[in-house]
Amino acid sequence: MKNFGGHVLFLDRADINTDEIIPAKYLTEIAREALQPYLLESLTLDGFDPKRDIPGKQVVISRANFGCGSSREHAPWALEVNGIRLVIAESFARIFRQNMFNCGLLVVELPCDTIARLFTDYARGETFATADVARGVIQIRTGTKAEEISFRLSDFDRQLVEAGGWLEYADARY
Amino acid sequence: MGQTVAEKIFETHVVDRPAEDVWVIRLDAVLCHEITTPTAILDLMRLGKDRVFDPSRIKAVIDHVTPAKDSNTATQGKVLREWARRHHITDFFDIGRNGVCHALFPEKGFIRPGYAVIMGDSHTCTDGAFGAFTPGVGTTDLAVGILKGVCAFRRPQTMKITLTGELPQGVFAKDVILSVIGRIGVDGATNRIVEFDGPVVQRMNMEARMTLCNMTVEAGGTCGICYADAITADYLWEHIRGEYPDKAAAAADFRKWWPDPDAVYEKTIVHDVSGLEPVTTFGQKPDNVRPVREMEGTPIDQVFIGSCTNGRMDDLRSAARVLAGRKVHPHVRGIVCPATTKIFSEALEEGLIRVFTDAGFCVTNPTCGPCLGMSTGVLAEGEVCASTSNRNFNDRMGRGGRVHLMSPATAAASAIAGHITNSELYKA
Ligand code: SF4
Repeated sequence: MKNFGGHVLFLDRADINTDEIIPAKYLTEIAREALQPYLLESLTLDGFDPKRDIPGKQVVISRANFGCGSSREHAPWALEVNGIRLVIAESFARIFRQNMFNCGLLVVELPCDTIARLFTDYARGETFATADVARGVIQIRTGTKAEEISFRLSDFDRQLVEAGGWLEYADARY
Repeated sequence: MGQTVAEKIFETHVVDRPAEDVWVIRLDAVLCHEITTPTAILDLMRLGKDRVFDPSRIKAVIDHVTPAKDSNTATQGKVLREWARRHHITDFFDIGRNGVCHALFPEKGFIRPGYAVIMGDSHTCTDGAFGAFTPGVGTTDLAVGILKGVCAFRRPQTMKITLTGELPQGVFAKDVILSVIGRIGVDGATNRIVEFDGPVVQRMNMEARMTLCNMTVEAGGTCGICYADAITADYLWEHIRGEYPDKAAAAADFRKWWPDPDAVYEKTIVHDVSGLEPVTTFGQKPDNVRPVREMEGTPIDQVFIGSCTNGRMDDLRSAARVLAGRKVHPHVRGIVCPATTKIFSEALEEGLIRVFTDAGFCVTNPTCGPCLGMSTGVLAEGEVCASTSNRNFNDRMGRGGRVHLMSPATAAASAIAGHITNSELYKA
C-alpha cells in the first residue's frame, strides 16, 4: 500500500475537469513521467501558479465534482508523478474516482460543510494532512490547529488501495 | 421488483460480487483507440501479461490523431498496430478504413442491445443508444478488460428523462441534450445511468439517439440508454440478418432489454421540447447553456462540424442544407470532419462534400482532430470556435481558445454569418 500524506495544495473551485488537470495535447506521451511538468497547467484559478504551488505538495483538497470530463487516467498519473496520492473533495466524477482507486491511489469524500471549514481553517497557512486507511481518519494540522476527521471507505475500495490497484487485484482473482 | 435496463444487463453479466454493491461483469466487447490503449498495452507487457481475453471481442481504431502528426503520435499508432497484429485482432481500423470510435464501432454493428461494453474513452456513453451498458473507463480498467474480459462497477442508479412534445423546426437532438445538461448541471447525473424515454426519442433515428447519449457524460452520467426498437433493428440489420427472420422479429427480441414497467428510478424528469429554441454554450462548462438568440453576434474565427457528437450523415446533411449555395464568411475558417470513412463516401455520393467545398469549407479525413485540440484545427490564443463537438472546457481546442457548442445547422449558419447566429432553417 502506498503512503497517503504530506503538504496540502488547496484548489478552491468546483468542477475541476481532467482537461484542466492534464491538457489533451500531452496525451500523446506514453510514459507517465513525461506528464510531470504539466499538471494543472490549464487550471485558471485566482492566485494559483502551478510552477510555484505544486512542488512539495502531496495532497489536494478541492470542492465538488473533482475530475469531471474525460476518462483519461493521465489525470491520476499526472498527480502521482508529482507525488500527489491523495485527493480530498466534496465529490468526484465517477471515472476519475475509479481511476484513482485502480491505480492504488486514494480519494476521500467529505461533506460539503466539512470541506468548507477546511478551506476556512487551513487554506491560508502551511498545512499537512495524512490519511490513515486502516482507521479511516484524516489527520490534518497547521501551525496551532490540528484535528482528526473520519471518512468512509468501502471494503472494495480499501482492497484496491491495499492491493496497489485493480490490475493486481483482478489478475490474482479472475 | 422490476428492473431498469442496466439492472438487467448487470444481472445477466455478473461474474463476481467481491464486496457490498460491487459487481464484476463480463464484457461483450472491449473497444480501444490509440490515445489511451498504448499505455495499457505497455503496462501489460511490462508485467509479463501481454495477452488478450478474446481477440474477436476486442476492436481497435486509430482515430484521435490520424494521420500521425509527430513522432509521439506515430509511436502510439505503432504500439496499437503491432499489438493488434500480434494478437490477431482482426477488427482493427487504420487510416483509410477508420473513423471516430463512437461513430465507427456502432456503424460496424459491434454494439448490440443488452451488451456490456467498455472503452478507454468517456464518450463511450454514446453507444448506450443501442440499449446497451457502455461506460467509459480509464486505462487500468481497460487493461483488465483486455486481459480478463471483465470490469467492476458499483451498481449505478438509473434516472429517467422523458422527452415529450414536438421538436420545432431547426431544433435537433444536440439542442435537446444541451438543454437537458443546462437543466441538471455538469454533475446532475454523476454515478447514474440516464434512460431516455418518451415520444421524442421514439421518433429519433439512431444518429440523433447517439447524439443524445453522447453528452450524458457532460452531466456526469455513466452512460445514456435508449430502448432498442424497430429503428435500432433497422440500423443494425446488415449485421444481424443472420440471427433473425426479419426486422420485426429482431425488434420484438430487443424488448427483453426494455425496463420492466415497475422498474425503480432514482429520479424521473419530464423534459418538454416543444418550445425549445436552438441553444449554444456561453462559458467553459457544458451546462452553461442559453438560446442562440442571446448569443447572436458573438464573433467567431473557426467553425468545426464533426466529432462523435455530430459528425454523422444526418449532421452533415443538416449543415449542408444551410450551406447550399452560400459562402463561408471571409473571416471564418470552416472545417468539416466526416466521422467515418463510410460517412465520407456517402457524403461524397450525395453531393454533400461538394456543397461544403463550394461554400469554402475544408473537408478533412475522418478523425477527432480539432475536437480535443490535437490536430487539424487547433485554436490560437484568444480565438473562438463554433463547434458541433461536446466540450467547451478552457483550452480544449487549443491553449487560450474558446469553444461554443451547438448543432450542425447552427454551426453552418454561423459560418456564413461570421458570428453566432440561428440557422435559416429555424427562421423559415
Ligand atoms: S470526437 Fe472528440 S469527444 Fe469524440 S472521441 Fe474524439 S476526441 Fe473524444
